Amino acid sequence: MEHLLELQNIVVRFALRFGDLTAVDDVSFTLDRGDRMGLVGESGAGKSVTGFSIIGLISRPGYIASGRILFEGTDLAHLNEEALRNIRGNRISMIFQDPMMTLNPVLTIGTQMTETLQAHMDITDEEAAAMAVDRLRMVHIPSPEKRLNQYPHEFSGGMRQRIVIAIALLMDPALIIADEPTTALDVTIQAEILDLLLELCATGKTGLILITHDLAVVSQVTDKITVMYAGRIVEMGSTDTIIHDPRHPYTQGLINALPGSRHTGSRLNQIPGMMPNLLTIPPGCSFHPRCPFMMDICTKQAPRLKYYKEHERQISCFLMENQNKGSI
Amino acid sequence: MNDKKPLLEVNNLIKHFDISGGVLDRLTLEKMRIRMKKTVVHALNDVSFSIFQGETFSVVGESGCGKSTLGRAIVRLYPIDKGSIYYCGDRIDTKDSRAMLPYRSKMQMVFQDPYASLNPRMKVEQTLMEPMLFHNPSMSMGEARDNVAAVMEQVGVDPGWASRYPHEFSGGQRQRISIARALMVEPEFIIADEPISALDVSIQAQILNLFMDAQDDRGLTYLFITHDLSVVKHISTRVAVMYLGTICELAHKAPLFAHPRHPYTQALLSAIPILGFRKSRHIRLKGEVPTPIELPSGCVFHKRCPFAFERCFNEVPKLSERDSGTFVACHGVEEGKI
Ligand SMILES: Nc1ncnc2c1ncn2[C@@H]1O[C@H](COP(=O)(O)OP(=O)(O)O)[C@@H](O)[C@H]1O
Ligand SMILES: Nc1ncnc2c1ncn2[C@@H]1O[C@H](COP(=O)(O)OP(=O)(O)O)[C@@H](O)[C@H]1O
Ligand code: SF4
Ligand SMILES: [Mg+2]
Ligand SMILES: [Mg+2]
Repeated sequence: MEHLLELQNIVVRFALRFGDLTAVDDVSFTLDRGDRMGLVGESGAGKSVTGFSIIGLISRPGYIASGRILFEGTDLAHLNEEALRNIRGNRISMIFQDPMMTLNPVLTIGTQMTETLQAHMDITDEEAAAMAVDRLRMVHIPSPEKRLNQYPHEFSGGMRQRIVIAIALLMDPALIIADEPTTALDVTIQAEILDLLLELCATGKTGLILITHDLAVVSQVTDKITVMYAGRIVEMGSTDTIIHDPRHPYTQGLINALPGSRHTGSRLNQIPGMMPNLLTIPPGCSFHPRCPFMMDICTKQAPRLKYYKEHERQISCFLMENQNKGSI
Repeated sequence: MNDKKPLLEVNNLIKHFDISGGVLDRLTLEKMRIRMKKTVVHALNDVSFSIFQGETFSVVGESGCGKSTLGRAIVRLYPIDKGSIYYCGDRIDTKDSRAMLPYRSKMQMVFQDPYASLNPRMKVEQTLMEPMLFHNPSMSMGEARDNVAAVMEQVGVDPGWASRYPHEFSGGQRQRISIARALMVEPEFIIADEPISALDVSIQAQILNLFMDAQDDRGLTYLFITHDLSVVKHISTRVAVMYLGTICELAHKAPLFAHPRHPYTQALLSAIPILGFRKSRHIRLKGEVPTPIELPSGCVFHKRCPFAFERCFNEVPKLSERDSGTFVACHGVEEGKI
């Protein structure tokens, strides 16, 4: 069956003065309609670059070095800018951490929504306004008709993010990519935005990629998780199995480092060191300098992401290879 | 609270910021008459609490509720409008800067952004030595160097890197250096304002461990400011929950998380995402946090409170003791309705 989205061995590089930096290294995954996937990892892991690559927002000095991005059967990695623009904001919408990445401060939100609609559809101003009001209502903005005439600065941060989601919904996209959508918001507002994302996906028509560093947030919303470290996927599977029984030493480290995972007041399990600078990625498994289970082979050879039936997920780690027979 | 003498005592603290701007910004026409308008941010409104030796006292609340203002007012980075602050029984808010000197080494502050708070043109060694030599002018260079190396070791930064500049360190390392700087003067009390909020999860754990270790080794007392409730749950002894410049609930950690009493605390705690536990419902509050420029009458929370009744619109509820050690500012709780 054809997937909604299929990334095949995507490599994204940045051509810098001192050489090429590989920000995304051989990333593959699939997403179907109604799937909600969390893309997690620490800052610099390559989460945003992965998201940007899907909607063709990698710009110089960055480039997609290899791989395919099949979306509804079309390879987005090899599409020209005009065709991509047609897909962005139409079939695929993106929500950023900062709502002002999407909103234009000098236009009313009504104008912005109407313009987006009319860029993709041949409809009158009245029809566009009616659709805009409908979407604002979906994200629970009170008295949306009046709100159309207001400017972004007249809304609070939480409302702005809801308006961004309303804009993302205008064209009934098949895929929404939300990059840290609640990171800048207070917890009570975050809880509302997460409810909203869940509500929108409940129809089963839309796929969601939720990019975040916050595992607790991911566990509220998603049904599968992809964990990235230094540009590579280290573990990928259902949210429940990964959160309750992480297998990759990095995922284990991340979960055990959370304050909630230990007796209150006791020392936290810390992962020693920090994620490498992508220009100086260690040879072999890039996690080996921080890994408590590091073996000789880990320093020499890079493990491959393989499916382990008994763990119902994909893992990239020699520990697994030694214990079980994985398949690619 | 208890019979111990408090290390820090804050009474009825009020701090307003006048943001009226220049004369022209302030002129308004009202009923055909020109008037001067004053715009005031009510950042802290009658805040009182005590902190005891050796405890970690956390202040939580959503952005803009006055947490940073409170921390800065205590170390006198901001002058206060009303109220009093006592340190070990001595009133410090009225002291001049000379009389304040000994307290400046006893109380130290650590900020969220270690890069902004470290001088980029100073080597780590200079950064660490400066406050120590300032407070101990007679110390020899050799002794100062030894102290710097010892503290760097303690916070987990290689002393061999003492002659490097802040930009050569990662965010986590820089936060270790700002903690080291605070420790250089042998403080008793540290105010940490969102010290791990800018850091990655695995680094947050390292820095929290550092705070807990330093407390064990040196018997430190902390005022820990954060919006991250899972961190609060882990490290605190007692917790004060703030809303719009007011403390709405103050309690020991365990009862606060198990049985939040104030309607705002209940809503706040219900909104925390918990790892691996999908919430069916959280308490949804009406509307949004009002601006501290036009403070609501009565209880500052009444416009959003699901329990608000007549009295809440007019009368400011006092923070008063409900169960032993649990203080709540709510008419509904006081009257046994909540
Ligand atoms: N415009 C750019 N120029 C150079 N390098 C970049 C650029 N954008 C991202 N990178 C590199 O790609 C890596 C991954 O970045 P990103 O995907 O933003 O991480 P994440 O979203 O996981 O925090 C970063 O370490 C950074 O070095
Ligand atoms: N220097 C200042 N001048 C004017 N207003 C300020 C200043 N510092 C803080 N405020 C205002 O005071 C209120 C409380 O701010 P703050 O203490 O920073 O909150 P928090 O740290 O809880 O996010 C906010 O409304 C903020 O805008
Ligand atoms: S005092 Fe009234 S309005 Fe305020 S929290 Fe209690 S019940 Fe709600
Ligand atoms: Mg990112
Ligand atoms: Mg603050």
